[in-house]
Amino acid sequence: MSKELVDLVVDMREEEAVKLAEKLLEEGVDPLSLLDDCREALGVIGDRFAAGECFVPELILAGEMLRQIGALVKPKIESSGKGSQEKIGRIVFGTVEGDIHDIAKDIVVFMLDINGFDVMDLGVDVPAAKFVEAVKEFKPQVVGLSGFLTLAYDPMKNTVQALKDAGLRDSVKVMIGGGQMDDNVAAYAKADAYGKDAMAAVKLAKGWIGVN
Amino acid sequence: MPKPENFDKLTPDQKREARIDAWLNHEGLEFTDPAAEKGYRERAQLFADAFLMKKPKRVPVAIATGFCPFVYAGYSCKDAMYDVEKLGKAMKKFHVDFMPDTAASAGLYPPGKALEILDYKLYHWPGHGVPENTSYQCAEAEYMKPDEYRTYLNDPSDYFIRTYMPRVFGALEPWKELPPFTDLLELPFIPYGMLHFGLPHIQESLKKLMQVGEISLEWAGKVTEIDNGIITSLGLPKYQGGFSKAPYDVIADTMRGTRAIMLDTFRKRKEILECCERNIPFMTKMPYGAYTWGAPPTVFFPLHKGADSFMSPKDFKELYWPSFKAVMLNLIEDGFIPFLFVEGSYNQRLDIISDPDIPAGSTIWYFDQTDMQEVRKHLQGWACFAGNFPSSLFRAGTVDQVKDHVKKLIDDCAGDGGYILVNGAVLDEAIPENLHAYVNTAKEYGVY
Repeated sequence: MSKELVDLVVDMREEEAVKLAEKLLEEGVDPLSLLDDCREALGVIGDRFAAGECFVPELILAGEMLRQIGALVKPKIESSGKGSQEKIGRIVFGTVEGDIHDIAKDIVVFMLDINGFDVMDLGVDVPAAKFVEAVKEFKPQVVGLSGFLTLAYDPMKNTVQALKDAGLRDSVKVMIGGGQMDDNVAAYAKADAYGKDAMAAVKLAKGWIGVN
Repeated sequence: MPKPENFDKLTPDQKREARIDAWLNHEGLEFTDPAAEKGYRERAQLFADAFLMKKPKRVPVAIATGFCPFVYAGYSCKDAMYDVEKLGKAMKKFHVDFMPDTAASAGLYPPGKALEILDYKLYHWPGHGVPENTSYQCAEAEYMKPDEYRTYLNDPSDYFIRTYMPRVFGALEPWKELPPFTDLLELPFIPYGMLHFGLPHIQESLKKLMQVGEISLEWAGKVTEIDNGIITSLGLPKYQGGFSKAPYDVIADTMRGTRAIMLDTFRKRKEILECCERNIPFMTKMPYGAYTWGAPPTVFFPLHKGADSFMSPKDFKELYWPSFKAVMLNLIEDGFIPFLFVEGSYNQRLDIISDPDIPAGSTIWYFDQTDMQEVRKHLQGWACFAGNFPSSLFRAGTVDQVKDHVKKLIDDCAGDGGYILVNGAVLDEAIPENLHAYVNTAKEYGVY
């Protein structure tokens, strides 16, 4: 455990954080512990985000630091044969049909992943049938529908309906989010909830599967 | 009312007054009948009073139209951009049937054919990258690379011609081979500066540009006809004049993209600030291109990457606000009224934007999801504000919900003037009864 690394990541000191990670690896520190440090830092950043003390650019930079440190650590983990983190739940996530916005979706997927979920990211402009197929195959507890436009309201509704028609609606909780989404749209689409940002999505998903 | 000969010698307040008068007196427009002309004056007066925070007869009501006129007319979104006859019919029908207090412009739906010839990459549009019944959407990418800030700063126009345009328009890709025009200095250099225009692939790009020019010219003529037809037959004024952007958004939306600019706020902070500063004169000049005397005195700014969800209040104050404010002050100085469309929310910026350097009554703040009680606290008596009707209610709400929400907004915001009712985000789909309820409730309940 390196408190120094945790602090550097939390303080958004990118270059120093990556350099320290390199140094620690050279010194023979357990590579998995570096990932634990990053996760701890991301936990702090996520809490600060939820409290309105840090913002999306910080989440993006944190993701970027994690990617760089992950790339340093990966070859060492593969050579030592050590496994990855235990997952707490499965989520299928995508931007609904006709909508190509991905930034918010990517941030939510990233935060869900960091918080221990196994996320199947279907990308953007995802037809309802593809969500149905993914739910059958991946058996998630939660489905996340992202959309930015007012034209995403009906595709959201259609996707929830398609899950129902396939007999899958009762097996999943559905959350929606993005630009022009709100509680009105959640009710209209017959989703279970609307989440206003990435940490709201994490909170909803954790609540539904019963972990804190 | 022609432009006063001594316009340049007037004070900013006098200039604004002259621009408003020219608009109220519809300089350059011939109405089809006296009733339409009277209606125009009355409606424009509602807005003019609201802009200046005087008490109008009632709260003016507008609809921010995305593609809803086409969905409503039974056309596809693609039709709007590929069939100018349908574009005209749908716009006319929408305004005749709903009669908000202002006319939306057909100019928001550019000709798809021209964009196709250009091979424009920054957007996908109906039938071209997104389904035929979906609105156009931005497809951001790093059209400016992270190490190119300095090149842009050295010569923005040269950067646009030889680097940005070749990347964002496939048809102009060959322009990356052109030498800089600033080399054309002395007689012996001319042929070496010009010989590229003899190359077949460069000539091909110029031919495409001429085709695009012809299509755009014809389209612009028709759009003016459509818009003026609505204005002069129904008596609905436009209320949005020129167009500009916050200097930060120029880099963030168009050149670097959301994700990249966010990383740049940590990695390239100094360069971002310099670019914002560099963009001030361009963004000050931009609205003059579309403005003719008698047009609405407002300059519309769609504000994007400074919203609550995109940056901290500290970054807003340091990176976004100073250059944006400078552009606004330049335009205010010349009698324009910046019309600032805050997409997303500005809940954490209200104390920053209510800046005492900006004269009272010289801006309009149009909000999407910002808390209007707080807006009223911060802005009332200093600037006109507008918006916040949730577009979701048009599609997902009931008639009663729409009526209740209109009443609530009027109760919360109307005060003694200075509020315009408008939906917070452009609208693509709506239940017609909900739109009628929205306009009619505003007209009945919004009387002062």
